[in-house]
Amino acid sequence: MNVRLYILQRGSAALMVPLVLLHLGVIFYASARGLSAADIFARTRGSLFWGSFYAAFVVAAATHAAIGVRSIAAEWTSLRGAALEVLMWSFGLLLAALGFIAVAAVVLA
Amino acid sequence: MAEIAVSLWRGKADGNYQLYRVPQRDNQTVLDVVTWVQRNADPTLTYRFACRVGMCGSCAMTVNGRPRWTCRTHTAKVIKNGKLEIGPLANLPIIKDLACDLEPFFEKWQAAKGVFAPRLTRVDAIERIPPSTAPRLAADAAIECINCAVCYAACDTVRWNPDYLGPAALNRAWTLLNDVRDVGQRQRLQAVAAEGGCHACHSHQSCQQHCPNALNPTASIAGLKRHTMTAYLKGELE
Repeated sequence: MNVRLYILQRGSAALMVPLVLLHLGVIFYASARGLSAADIFARTRGSLFWGSFYAAFVVAAATHAAIGVRSIAAEWTSLRGAALEVLMWSFGLLLAALGFIAVAAVVLA
Repeated sequence: MAEIAVSLWRGKADGNYQLYRVPQRDNQTVLDVVTWVQRNADPTLTYRFACRVGMCGSCAMTVNGRPRWTCRTHTAKVIKNGKLEIGPLANLPIIKDLACDLEPFFEKWQAAKGVFAPRLTRVDAIERIPPSTAPRLAADAAIECINCAVCYAACDTVRWNPDYLGPAALNRAWTLLNDVRDVGQRQRLQAVAAEGGCHACHSHQSCQQHCPNALNPTASIAGLKRHTMTAYLKGELE
């Protein structure tokens, strides 16, 4: 890990702290109120707030996890140099794609 | 006379432990035990030492699974069930028996820019550095390293990542970073901010736990992380 990746990984972790707390709060709220899927979709569809909130979450999580997997691979496998970058970008883009598909399903559909 | 069952590593990386029976004495150090074996049981035993008083950092070995300076480790403190197992330091190539090749260790000192880069020459007057200034206090807290490589042998990250500079080299870089007389700071920050530099540290604190001089390289590395991060955000690093 170099200083740029370090800042990105720690920064994305810091960003996720409030996002995770609000996400947990939403889960507790939805469970306690007994909201159905339809109730939830009624609140999220077309919502700029929830779209931005979960899009930020996806970017932060994909960034954080991809850099972490790169570090683990560097320590536990013989991957070096460009192979590590390919692994990091592939994993990060996969997570981002999966996340954005989920966000789109909740906000746009 | 009581005896200690001493297992000593013999050979290179593919060697094995061999058992010796060594008389137990009062105030006996682990280095005394190794020396006794070489003088009385097997003169072909290879090991390294110099000062015998905890100054030079030459005699570090793995004693009952822990890296230690053997000249300042009393056998009474480390014997378990009448047994001592003494091997070469971990994370370094074994030359023979208890002697490791320290070349990778010191090459990483060079890679971390652990060499003083003076602003003045020998013909200039000696600069007065007040000992109470914050940078000097930070440097002084980390300066007493004797290069024994105990921290390097204790470090999980060194074991996992051969590119990692290690706690001693980074601790050295930290002392120089806090030396106001040094003019090589940009290159030093660049070196410790690169792949394998201070950001590879997981803060396991094994270096701090095992350092015979009670230094805290983890804290030094944390300082490097702060400085490099600030420098990067200011655009001073590539």
